Amino acid sequence: MTKRQANVFVWIGSLLVLLVSIVHLSPLYILFTNSFKTREELYNNVLSLPSKFSFQYYQVAMERMNFWTSLLNSIVITVVSTILIIVLSAMTAWVLARNESRPWAKWIFMIFIATMLIPFQTIMMPLIQFFGNVQEVTGIPFLNTRGGLIFMYVGFGTAMSVFLYHGFIKSIPFSLEEAAYLDGASKWTVFWRVIFPMLKPITNTVVILNVIWIWNDYLLPSLVLADEHLRTIPLSTFSFFGQFTIQWNLAMAGLLLTIIPVIVFYAFAQRNIIRGVAEGAVK
Amino acid sequence: MKNKNDKYWNLLFVAPTVLIFIFVVLVPFIIGIYYSFFSWDGIQSNPKIFVGLRNFINVFSDGRFLNSALKTFIFTVLGVITINVLGLVVALLVTSKLKTKNLVRTFYFMPYLIGGLILGYIWKFIFSDGFAIIGKVTGLDKFFFNWLLDPNFALIAMVFVFTWQMAGYVMIIYISGIQAIPGDMIEAAEVDGANRWQVFWKVKLPLIMPAVTISLFMTLSNCFKIFDVNLSLTGGGPAHATEMFAMNIYNEIFSNSNFGYGQAKAVIFFLVVAVFTLIQVSITKKREVTM
Repeated sequence: MTKRQANVFVWIGSLLVLLVSIVHLSPLYILFTNSFKTREELYNNVLSLPSKFSFQYYQVAMERMNFWTSLLNSIVITVVSTILIIVLSAMTAWVLARNESRPWAKWIFMIFIATMLIPFQTIMMPLIQFFGNVQEVTGIPFLNTRGGLIFMYVGFGTAMSVFLYHGFIKSIPFSLEEAAYLDGASKWTVFWRVIFPMLKPITNTVVILNVIWIWNDYLLPSLVLADEHLRTIPLSTFSFFGQFTIQWNLAMAGLLLTIIPVIVFYAFAQRNIIRGVAEGAVK
Repeated sequence: MKNKNDKYWNLLFVAPTVLIFIFVVLVPFIIGIYYSFFSWDGIQSNPKIFVGLRNFINVFSDGRFLNSALKTFIFTVLGVITINVLGLVVALLVTSKLKTKNLVRTFYFMPYLIGGLILGYIWKFIFSDGFAIIGKVTGLDKFFFNWLLDPNFALIAMVFVFTWQMAGYVMIIYISGIQAIPGDMIEAAEVDGANRWQVFWKVKLPLIMPAVTISLFMTLSNCFKIFDVNLSLTGGGPAHATEMFAMNIYNEIFSNSNFGYGQAKAVIFFLVVAVFTLIQVSITKKREVTM
């Protein structure tokens, strides 16, 4: 085989694999094309393109899903939870890593790791019961509020995040901090000025993993939030489906709306996302 | 003086996280174990009756639960195989000489970002009405019929959808494993006359065993704990035939209002997850080749 022939061969193979991966995404095409069709058109041929692009189903779906409200709720809950998880777990992991030889630090770290094995379903019921009781006694509204949900996300997110930060911090030499201490800086300053900026690569990982998880989570918010105006995107999708299962064209428009934010996020941060997911898994 | 200050700083840095963690994870976990020894319908004013180990014994004569455990086992075995085979094959393609590898990687990874609930709904349409319509139009109704109405096909549909979601994720793990292999090792094998097949089995695979460990560990636990896709795709149906472990717990607690009994199942769920993951990590850690 000449070099030129080999080249042609590689190209044909490349295009074939690309074709297969496009077929892999065909459900998204089905979602897209049927979101514009009328009921009759949909039942005539699910694979064809729509005869005309009208956005009427999108409008209806947006109204019934309360789309903008749930998008805003999802954004607020995901962003605030993630920021809190990062700040709290980076600070904690730093102190735990720098005191590694002390029993208290060892114990706290071990408990964090061990609890990563607990599936959410094992604690969901007692969690809600417990916070119901706490709310009754203290009057602090944990249930049916965004703040309460964020508090719980911080609790569930810290174990893995502390673990990731801990591993990374151990590779940073102590001498850098020592120099800052000698200059008279406080621990607070050292952390924010010296340590935290150096954590950037692992912070990327922690952000990506937490955002993917919190954004898509259905079960926890479904147990905590009851009011319609508090619903996140997965919650409004669920209730929307409960009511309109039969109207598939409307449902398709609604589903497509919910994945647009994900596609936009992926388009802008693809490299960071893939790197973050890879590092999060390998650590 | 400096030491004393240090102590307060440490406390300030660690205490908030640990307190929130105790409130959200540890306390409910301990309360959960306590509840599992009681019979209770979840209503605060109704009494909790201590039943000892009764809940844990009853599990073994609960047909719906045993069926759910069996289906979860089948689902997990099938899912782990299909997800890892597809993920590994695509990872090998994406790390080869393909000109389109970046696009292929982008496309395969994408479904992982769509949440299980939404993704389940998309496929619900395809497997139910979509398949029925295609079957009617093409006449191939032996294959294209509403899969979600048949207990066995509904389970296969779940494996299919979960593979669609997770293959891109393990692909990423396998890619970083393959890229970590030094290029001259593969070259050396090729110079020695090894064909592609041999290079894969004798060189690549042993060297990516760490990635295999991670992927198996992740997919095993994700398959076993599946809930969202289950809820939106089949809803546990037809007639509880695809009700997985996690959903069985959920229904026992929140639909049947058997809080104590359901919580006992939840504790068993935890024990199974813990034992499986610990065994698996210890087995595969031994087989890893050190470079």
